[in-house]
Amino acid sequence: MGIQWNYPEFEVVRNDSRCIRCQVCARQCANEVHRYEAEIDAMISDESRCVNCQRCVSLCPTRALKIVKSDCRLRENANWNQDAIREIYKQAESGGVLLSSMGNPKPYPVYWDKILMNASQVTNPSIDPLREPMETRVSLGKKPSKVERDENGRLKCELSPQIQLSMPVMFSAMSYGSISYNAHLSLARAASELGVCWNTGEGGLHQDFYQYGAHTIVQVASGRFGVHKQYLEAGAAVEIKMGQGAKPGIGGHLPGAKVGPDVSRTRMIPEGSDAISPAPHHDIYSIEDLRQLVYSLKEATAYQKPVIVKVAAVHNIAAIASGIARSGADIIAIDGFRGGTGAAPTRIRDSVGIPIELALAAVDRRLRDEGIRNNVSLVVGGSVRSSADVVKAIALGADACYIATAAVLALGCHLCRTCQSGKCNWGIATQRPDLVKRLNPDIGSQRLINLMTAWNHEIKELMGGMGINSIEALRGNRLMLRGIGLNEKELQILGISHAGE
Amino acid sequence: MTCIDASGMDYAALNAAIRAHDGDIIIQNCMGQRFIGAGAQNHTIQIYGIPGNALGAYLDGATVEVFGNAQDAVGDTMNAGRIVIRGDIGDTAGYAMRGGRIYVHGNAGYRTGIHMKAYQDKLPVLVIGGRTGSFLGEYQAGGVIVVLGLDAVGERPIVSNFPCNGIHGGKLFLRSDCAEIAFPEQVTARPATPEDMAEIEEYLREFCALLDFDFDMLYASRYTVVTPDSQNPYQQMYVAN
Repeated sequence: MGIQWNYPEFEVVRNDSRCIRCQVCARQCANEVHRYEAEIDAMISDESRCVNCQRCVSLCPTRALKIVKSDCRLRENANWNQDAIREIYKQAESGGVLLSSMGNPKPYPVYWDKILMNASQVTNPSIDPLREPMETRVSLGKKPSKVERDENGRLKCELSPQIQLSMPVMFSAMSYGSISYNAHLSLARAASELGVCWNTGEGGLHQDFYQYGAHTIVQVASGRFGVHKQYLEAGAAVEIKMGQGAKPGIGGHLPGAKVGPDVSRTRMIPEGSDAISPAPHHDIYSIEDLRQLVYSLKEATAYQKPVIVKVAAVHNIAAIASGIARSGADIIAIDGFRGGTGAAPTRIRDSVGIPIELALAAVDRRLRDEGIRNNVSLVVGGSVRSSADVVKAIALGADACYIATAAVLALGCHLCRTCQSGKCNWGIATQRPDLVKRLNPDIGSQRLINLMTAWNHEIKELMGGMGINSIEALRGNRLMLRGIGLNEKELQILGISHAGE
Repeated sequence: MTCIDASGMDYAALNAAIRAHDGDIIIQNCMGQRFIGAGAQNHTIQIYGIPGNALGAYLDGATVEVFGNAQDAVGDTMNAGRIVIRGDIGDTAGYAMRGGRIYVHGNAGYRTGIHMKAYQDKLPVLVIGGRTGSFLGEYQAGGVIVVLGLDAVGERPIVSNFPCNGIHGGKLFLRSDCAEIAFPEQVTARPATPEDMAEIEEYLREFCALLDFDFDMLYASRYTVVTPDSQNPYQQMYVAN
């Protein structure tokens, strides 16, 4: 055996006095960490294969297992930390681009955690959502900015097409291919039952899921996978994906190994072929070009569907959003730099893009300053982790939030961040039939419904505390927010005062 | 056959008028209206004049014939049907098309056939009578692109710079020895064999019949066939982190 440059990151700790040799751990681990040695009647672990997904831990019937971070450390320092050194070793060995999964894990500021919300005291009494009606429904789409009448003086009531949501949270784009059939089914069922939307991502819509079309956002990306007339007409809205928070400026790349018969049918590409979504849409070099794609989709759907344009939060996001709002798009979705992904180059994921909180505040202000805020609805994601984040986002100007990492966590994801391997032990980010069937869509959809229902209660509680009984009255209501530990510039961009002011 | 005079109509009005008819349609005086035939399934649409960008986008079975030039993004994400252009076309023709056929009498612009795909029994075919601009067949994942270089004037190659970057499927037929064309590393360019030619005989016959070219002369010409070496050209580039 040659030099092993990188010592395994995790250790498998087995309490042998509890282990009953049932071998559940061995059967459950797609990474083949555990195996049974009959000769010595013992379970053996190869921790170098362990990704710490906690599958074995969760299923060990005697709680004999735990996975811990290895305390074998390189001689790191504040500059050359463990990860930096390990990454050098990996690249020196392979010559490859570092590929990671899920969202940016670096310790950048999380502005949600530096914003506090208000509550009513004495004046403007708070509202008890258990006793009084609270409105969390939202409709997304272009809103009229003035009242118009026809020649007979009657109100013109025709609105642009809208998406109706029972609460201001939707499931964000994750393609079939990057996640499993059962994961898509869980999301589709939960969205339909909740009265919100899920999003196909750029991998097309499986034939079995057309029945959930009324609660489905169908995505069109640069690769145009699975995009055809029936697909466009199936959805509640069409989303043009220009960018993704986890990898702004980078396209998608589903390796051919994951393009089996079913994914091939859904993406409408040959089996075994790489599915490459280039970084740019090669027909979009300007806002005018974007307008062309927006209107080609509107024409193809006879102006019945709102069109969403999704972009990553990057430096000039306010100007970009202003352009999109003038492109004819009905909804702008902005994805912050902490958004998740099935695979992204580590360097891009960890160092490109900006926090969604700042992007949202800047965009909302810019659109209001330009008098075009009503042209579009704003949806933000990347990453929204709780109902408190949702409420803060709405008070900063969002109409609704997108969640994806939170949704896959509800489905069983343990954030081991190795989606790119295709060996997800929880049946989410995999196409292996034996792994996919581990995710029971009945249970998965119920867990999503539970999560969203709980969030909706919490949103109502938070709103009630502020004395607000409608989500409409919360949107852009920055007086409800205060910063904590933020500098002048950050407060200025967020458009909020400091706590105590 | 319904006749629509497109004079003074904007694209939304023209396309609404097209959608309102089930039968065949003739559009007269077309002047840059976009998205004509977007997603159309059953019509035959004949266009006199110059249609605007994204002609036949998401086309799903209809036949579109243009008696003139067309602009950018002809047949964007086309699924089925046929588009015949009796003139030149602009950039990104056949973007991500996965089925149907596009026949162009004259030249095509940049990024022709970008992202073309194929899928089960769907095999998109794009035949360009003249030359194409740069980036022909970029990211091509399937289908057949034929460039004939007819009426080529001067010494310019029939395909401009950087063809086939990122290609990982499909096949190109270029009526040239391509000696002066620089292909990327991951493709093979070789003279067409009789078996190769048999694959495109049907398309060439149809092209010649529709656009009045001499099939025998075209079929007897020397072609270069370009194919990618791998369906998975990028799998070596990453290391899990």
